[in-house]
Amino acid sequence: MEGDQALKPISPFVFLSEEIIFTILDCLDEDPQTKKSFSLVCKSFHSIESHHRKSLKPLYIELISRILNRYPQIHHVDFTYCPRAEDEVLVSISSAYRSTLRSINLSRSRFFTHVGLSSLAGKCWGLVELDLSNATELTDAQAAAIAEAKNLEKLWMARCKLVSDMGVGCIAVGCKKLRLICLKWCVRVTDLGVGLIARKCKDIQSLDLSYLLITEKCLAPILQLQQLKELILVECPGIDDEGIRTLKEGCKSLEVLNISKCHNISNVGLFSLINGAERLSHLSLAYGSAVTADFAKCLYKLSGLKSIKLDGCLVTFSTMKAIGDWCVSLKELSLCKCSGVTDEGISYIAQRLVLLQKLDITCCQKITYASIDSITKSCTTLTSLRMEACSMVPEEAIVLIGQRCQSLEEMDITDNNINDAGLESILRCSELVSLKLGVCLNITDCRLSSVGVYCQKLKELDLYRCMAITDVGITAIANGCPALEMINMAYCDQVTDCSLICLSQCLQLKALEIRGCPCVSSVGLSAIATNCKQLTVLDIKKCCNIDDTGMVSLARCSQYLKQINLSYCPVTDVGLLALASISRMQNMTILHVTGLTSNGILAALLAFRGLMKVKLHISFKSLIPRSVFSVMEHRGCTFHWRNKAFQVETDPKGWLLHLPRHEG
Amino acid sequence: MDPEERLCAVTRTKPLNNQPFIGFSSQQKNWEDSSFLDYGMRIEPQISYFNPPTETQSSLASNFNNQAQITSQKSYQMNVACESNRIQDWDPRSTISSLSFLEKKIHQLRDLIHFINGQRGQFTGQSDELLVQQQMLITADLTSIIVQVMSTAGSLLPSVDHSPVANPSAGVSENIVLPENYAVNKVEDDHSRVANPSAGVSENIVLPENYAVNKVEDLTGYFGAEENYAVEDHELKSDDDADEGENLLPGSYEILQLEKEEILAPHTHFCTICGKGFKRDANLRMHMRGHGDEYKTPAALAKPNKESSSESILIKRYSCPYVGCKRNKDHKRFQPLKTILCMKNHYKRSHCDKTYMCSRCNAKKFSVLADLKTHEKHCGKDKWLCSCGTTFSRKDKLFGHIALFQGHSPAIPVDEAKASVGPSDRGQISEATTKIEPRDFNFKSNVIGSKRVWK
Repeated sequence: MEGDQALKPISPFVFLSEEIIFTILDCLDEDPQTKKSFSLVCKSFHSIESHHRKSLKPLYIELISRILNRYPQIHHVDFTYCPRAEDEVLVSISSAYRSTLRSINLSRSRFFTHVGLSSLAGKCWGLVELDLSNATELTDAQAAAIAEAKNLEKLWMARCKLVSDMGVGCIAVGCKKLRLICLKWCVRVTDLGVGLIARKCKDIQSLDLSYLLITEKCLAPILQLQQLKELILVECPGIDDEGIRTLKEGCKSLEVLNISKCHNISNVGLFSLINGAERLSHLSLAYGSAVTADFAKCLYKLSGLKSIKLDGCLVTFSTMKAIGDWCVSLKELSLCKCSGVTDEGISYIAQRLVLLQKLDITCCQKITYASIDSITKSCTTLTSLRMEACSMVPEEAIVLIGQRCQSLEEMDITDNNINDAGLESILRCSELVSLKLGVCLNITDCRLSSVGVYCQKLKELDLYRCMAITDVGITAIANGCPALEMINMAYCDQVTDCSLICLSQCLQLKALEIRGCPCVSSVGLSAIATNCKQLTVLDIKKCCNIDDTGMVSLARCSQYLKQINLSYCPVTDVGLLALASISRMQNMTILHVTGLTSNGILAALLAFRGLMKVKLHISFKSLIPRSVFSVMEHRGCTFHWRNKAFQVETDPKGWLLHLPRHEG
Repeated sequence: MDPEERLCAVTRTKPLNNQPFIGFSSQQKNWEDSSFLDYGMRIEPQISYFNPPTETQSSLASNFNNQAQITSQKSYQMNVACESNRIQDWDPRSTISSLSFLEKKIHQLRDLIHFINGQRGQFTGQSDELLVQQQMLITADLTSIIVQVMSTAGSLLPSVDHSPVANPSAGVSENIVLPENYAVNKVEDDHSRVANPSAGVSENIVLPENYAVNKVEDLTGYFGAEENYAVEDHELKSDDDADEGENLLPGSYEILQLEKEEILAPHTHFCTICGKGFKRDANLRMHMRGHGDEYKTPAALAKPNKESSSESILIKRYSCPYVGCKRNKDHKRFQPLKTILCMKNHYKRSHCDKTYMCSRCNAKKFSVLADLKTHEKHCGKDKWLCSCGTTFSRKDKLFGHIALFQGHSPAIPVDEAKASVGPSDRGQISEATTKIEPRDFNFKSNVIGSKRVWK
């Protein structure tokens, strides 16, 4: 025996110190599979890997005790795959990672009470980040338990609807080191709780108070915070000009201000709010009433602005002129759904704001060739252009974009007049990462062949309802864009299995949407499932040729699948039950799947262990026994019942009418 | 220079209404010497209110004559100011009648002092007992005259509103004038309170030392209790019945101070026949009817008349007898109490044990019965609870309290916590409630630390 061992070649890893192997492992972080393989090599690798791991994303709480034993050095625990996080789990985590735990995410979990929270807060003295968003059942008593985490710096409590001033008050007193707190949608929190946070936690840098019924009374102490950088006040109807007038001065350190949907703050209020805020760089006034003719007065003070969002505001030429005159250093401008945007205004802005990098002119229906011409002429460093549904922009203008803005990374030309020449021009932007061409009915795939030559970085491609696209185009994309992560080919009804087989070369593919592609079958899907192991989101609604075979291959290979839409597919109980072996599956939509019986659904539901949300037709509601519901709800699963009629018509909005080839 | 000589000299050279000022500037000296610090208005603190105390004190103590001169000069200046002011505010006819009354009395006073002076020379050879008897008689006369003079002069004082500190030089004259004013009040106070007016007042007048000494003993017996209070551990609680907004100029009002025993006495009116005590005068009169028909007459049953008009013109304010209290007249930033009831309530609330306990919550204690009754109306409705155990009927008050103190936090009511947690977690809750106590301890030390301004 001993002789045998001596003859074996000695592994070079023996000579490497643990630190060096840790460094090597650091480089493997991108793909979770590689580290898994590494740990399976031998016992020492297994132990090294378990000591190296810093973050944990458990799937089932049943295995948690073994996980805790295996990984002693965990800093971050993410419960987003685990809808059920009971007190016992939190208590065992807090005792296992007493000194190492830095952050924990419970934003998708339920069933924990103040016992678990106080154990976390009390034992893990190093805890600095805690995400309790969506804890809609969290009460004041439980919130008070958080207050024991003295070193907490970041706390998210969005949609904690039961927490009132009392709970927030306890947190304010206990967690003095807080730098970030998000109280979005905590509708029971008022001025008193927020004011106490501002008075007690002097290190606050970021404060999200969206959708709260707060008034200027709590703004007074907030604006005196010396470190405050980010203040988000989306839809706070209680704050108005009158109240703001009573405040002495604005916050000097403020960098980001968001008063979107605050209808009671006009430019007068804004003026006093930003008084003294010389460092302000990001301003969002979307869907508010602050943008008027006098808006220029405010901009006069904000020459250092980097970003303005005016979505849905009534913008006039004078506003645009003011932006062009005063905000020369602007890098990001959003005029999405602004009704008063004209060629004149855009041209003025474009000439002044040569540093502009991101421009959003979605739904600016009045702009024409002249706007695009001036934008492309002066803003050559543009990296993001969103111009969905700019219907007056002609095809020739799109060509200009591709010719002049070579550094574009993100481009949204959904629902525009774009022809093949325009597409070819755009595809020359070699930095392109995301391209959205939805409902561009005139593009064909004769020019898509060039996509691989230039756009090798493309990760996201949206071809929603580009009905002229065929396998030729998709093949070219699949060959040319190996980094592709998301592709939407919904309602591209000429796409067949060939496309999917080619796309299976894109190993990074995570999201695939082939809704309403009748020519795609289980063969193509199986190819995707076998090769694209990373697949997490799949929509095969109305793919009438994908059956149980496809499901079985998904079940066998796509272990990362998280979300699936099976509506209208010819899948039976067998396919659905097969899917139940995918442990990460969380969201399912199963409407009008005629092959399914209530017993099949029942069995599948019980077999899925991590399910969080299921959309089912209302007719099943009466067929599923109450006891099953209680079991599912106990696991943390919620049901959404839909009562949609079965759709036979595949072209209800008349999308095909635009296409000449169908008319002929 | 002899005190009385000085007095005469000044009387000759200055207008008549100057007399009281000088009389009391010398009296001020007298107080310093005889150290009746507990008696009435000490001059020293009042002076330091305006000027650095060292300077004034040295001028007071070092040279008597010198000081007298300053006094006369400055009080003259002051007087001119007062005169001009008075013309605007007061009825000239009553002023003139008061002045002529004063003139008459001053003459009487001068004659009397001359007489004393003459007698002193004569009786040097006689027995001490006779001398003492005679001097007692004279003193009584003198006292009554001086009381009249002073009360009349007091009524002539300028009204509260004008501010004499306007120019810098006025500061000095103010030092002199103000003590005088206090003295006037004090005399009146004693006059009304002490059965024999002459006995109480005699100290304030410049008299041969032996009289003063007699009286000092007498008075220390009467007021002595005050000095025994320790100064260290007063709680400085602001009174809700306070008159914070009032900015009465020191000296522009009369200060009365009741004794602890008087404040705490359950009855203030006693039947002279059977000794039964009553809280109200009216009740005593009703009681008196039982002692005979002579108490049933309309005159006997009528409400006794108010004091003479000259006395009621001066605003009365009250001082707390507790030394070191902000409501005590010797406190640097003395804030007087408006009414006698305010004073009684203040004393009970701030310096007495809380003997009335709420029977409903068995937690809240009060020293004033009315406070308990007010609390009982709201007891049980206080749902906003702090970790220190304090309850509030309004949430904003609780949050104001928490914002003010370090380490306090809102306390979630136990029943709410129970309801949300379920039966298995009771142990945790009781743990949470027991945790309150150490915080409570912190709280108290904090209060003292943050609010104490003296010592």
